[in-house]
Amino acid sequence: SLAGFGELMQDVLWCFSQVKGTVDTGVTEADIISTVEFNHTGELLATGDKGGRVVIFQREQESKNQPHRRGEYNVYSTFQSHEPEFDYLKSLEIEEKINKIRWLPQQNAAYFLLSTNDKTVKLWKVSERDKRPEGYNLKDEDGRLRDPSMITVLRVPVLRPMDLMVEATPRRVFANAHTYHINSISVNSDYETYMSADDLRINLWNFEITNQSFNIVDIKPANMEELTEVITAAEFHPHHCNTFVYSSSKGTIRLCDMRTAALCDRHAKFFEEPEDPSNRSFFSEIISSISDVKFSHSGRYIMTRDYLTVKVWDLNMENRPIETYQVHDYLRSKLCSLYENDCIFDKFECVWNGSDSVIMTGSYNNFFRMFDRNTKRDVTLEASRENSKPRAILKPRKVCVGGKRRKDEISVDSLDFSKKILHTAWHPSENIIAVAATNNLYIFQDKVN
Amino acid sequence: MECTLDAQSLISISLRKIHSSRTQRGGIKLHKNLLVSYVLRNARQLYLSERYAELYRRQQHYPDGAPLLAMPACPPPAAAPPELAVLPLPADTQDREARSCAVVRGGAELLEVPVCAAPPELQRAPCRDSSPGFYRATGSAGPGGGSSNSAAPGLLYAAGCDFGSGGAPHCSSRTTVLDLDTHVVTTVENGYLHQDCCSQCPCCCQPAPGLASPPPTPGTKRKYYPGQEEEEEGVEEGEPGGGGVAGGPPFAPCTKRARFEEYSAEHPQDSSNISNLISIFGSGFTGLVSRQQADSEQPLNGQLCSKQALASLGAWTRAIVAF
Repeated sequence: SLAGFGELMQDVLWCFSQVKGTVDTGVTEADIISTVEFNHTGELLATGDKGGRVVIFQREQESKNQPHRRGEYNVYSTFQSHEPEFDYLKSLEIEEKINKIRWLPQQNAAYFLLSTNDKTVKLWKVSERDKRPEGYNLKDEDGRLRDPSMITVLRVPVLRPMDLMVEATPRRVFANAHTYHINSISVNSDYETYMSADDLRINLWNFEITNQSFNIVDIKPANMEELTEVITAAEFHPHHCNTFVYSSSKGTIRLCDMRTAALCDRHAKFFEEPEDPSNRSFFSEIISSISDVKFSHSGRYIMTRDYLTVKVWDLNMENRPIETYQVHDYLRSKLCSLYENDCIFDKFECVWNGSDSVIMTGSYNNFFRMFDRNTKRDVTLEASRENSKPRAILKPRKVCVGGKRRKDEISVDSLDFSKKILHTAWHPSENIIAVAATNNLYIFQDKVN
Repeated sequence: MECTLDAQSLISISLRKIHSSRTQRGGIKLHKNLLVSYVLRNARQLYLSERYAELYRRQQHYPDGAPLLAMPACPPPAAAPPELAVLPLPADTQDREARSCAVVRGGAELLEVPVCAAPPELQRAPCRDSSPGFYRATGSAGPGGGSSNSAAPGLLYAAGCDFGSGGAPHCSSRTTVLDLDTHVVTTVENGYLHQDCCSQCPCCCQPAPGLASPPPTPGTKRKYYPGQEEEEEGVEEGEPGGGGVAGGPPFAPCTKRARFEEYSAEHPQDSSNISNLISIFGSGFTGLVSRQQADSEQPLNGQLCSKQALASLGAWTRAIVAF
């Protein structure tokens, strides 16, 4: 069933499908998932982790024998994408953590994805090998070279089936173009270029060319003392290959048109909501910093996430969002503690469902939230091992803000802030979601009738 | 705004975060440090506003003690007004008193207190580092080591900005920064300091041109690579983990003194301005000065909220990031 087409969010019953990762109570830091992304068909699901590894899951073909196991995701390929590096000149260690993965649309039998750490973007080719040639003339089965003078008969090598092997090879390495930390990559709809964004600059790359890139945005001030904001996320428009947006730490979004100038320092549109002075606090600047920006599939809206809210903006209205959703407003009175323990700096992402009717984002205590844009209803769900029986229906959760706590509610002070859901992904056309909870990947699907 | 931390605690927590970010894996996170600098600025603004409010209250008790606000800001005045000499720190600051710059030497002293709000261990540590302070590779020895006042010579303000002795050059300090883009190392002498902090301060042997100060002259430049001819204007982010650190910001005490001085010079007896200030502070203080107010320079007409003061406030905290 297609999400949103005649299906309201409240009619969807989310069920546990699978969980990937170990159950150990102690989490190895390298296993912490740092990015999750479905490919364009939803057949593949990729994760990156702090240890620089990429794991790709592939959905199984639906089987008539087991209709309830509607397309499980199983490991397809695992590879080490990035290694830790040390920049001796600057005495800097470069983390191997994968910040983002973005898939390229499939154009042949192989799959291509971009993965990036703080400094270097890599293009990986993931391809299958299920046949191998046998019967070479110049080498024997072990690969040892034969003496040509000893060959008296020629044969034609044939391809014979072999066990499926999936191999990942780095096809391009795009390095040395970012002084600051890369926070985003985005594939252009022309499928020939992509952009990478760091704190102060955005570069445009051609997939074929690794030794140079175009700088299209540069907000670095001549005097660094005058720095007031940084770039926090960037994305290309899904259909218009000349258009992209980038968000800032000041809570603003700029839409740029690459046709107007080589250096897109002048925005075509500037989205900003005036600050509510009654909400002012020590931490106003922090909580208004945008941590993620995503175009809708239609290309008509953008969604932004800041610390407490998700906002939907209409591209034609710059002075305020058309929708604002409170993710966990009960944290507003806790900002001091969240500043002390650094949680206030957590960067939550947000995603659209396939029909742009429901949006999803994560929270603490392994909670994640969905908002139906049409009915304005919302739901809080939890990714936990306790709710991990096969096809168990997820029960909506509720945070008690004050007053009497009901039996199955949880009070704000009981929330576990070490269990944060920063990364989620929604299948492009079905109600299947992937939720990264620290070192575990949960996959939920809607209930099959 | 509900907060269980006071401004001084927030300041010290923030400084600790900035300090520890230098050793975190992956290098300094520009974004996070920028956000922390905003908290620092906000906390400092609140703290200062509380101090000014208290000053006003005291003046109410001593209406004839005009010198309170008109006193010269540059230390040390030969005779501090008696009111200030006995000015206690806020009631709940017993421990703060212990570790703050406790010696009261006049109005300038008062303004130092928030600077020294960092816990003593944090204050002293930068002095011991080979690269003292967050923002400066010091070119001078720093204010007299013996005085408790010398806390954190490199921490928040320029090492060598020896406002204590009054005799030494005010802002003689050098900043060494490394531009991550061009790999040029720049040593700036008195780069921005005069512009930003001493433009109003008569102690500095500089004219006070008013708000529009000329851009600072970049100091001597040292090439990072022997063969590199490129030079880069201005100060850039510094090398983390040691060596050069941040670009030249106005350091807190001098900035505050400048502002204080400016205020007293222009409105020595202007009670209407004072009441303006108080009406703002008194109204529950939603007046952490917002960006909009700062930019439009209204309705807060107190010099406290003048564009220049805020610019230097911001520059001070932004400079924290520029390393």
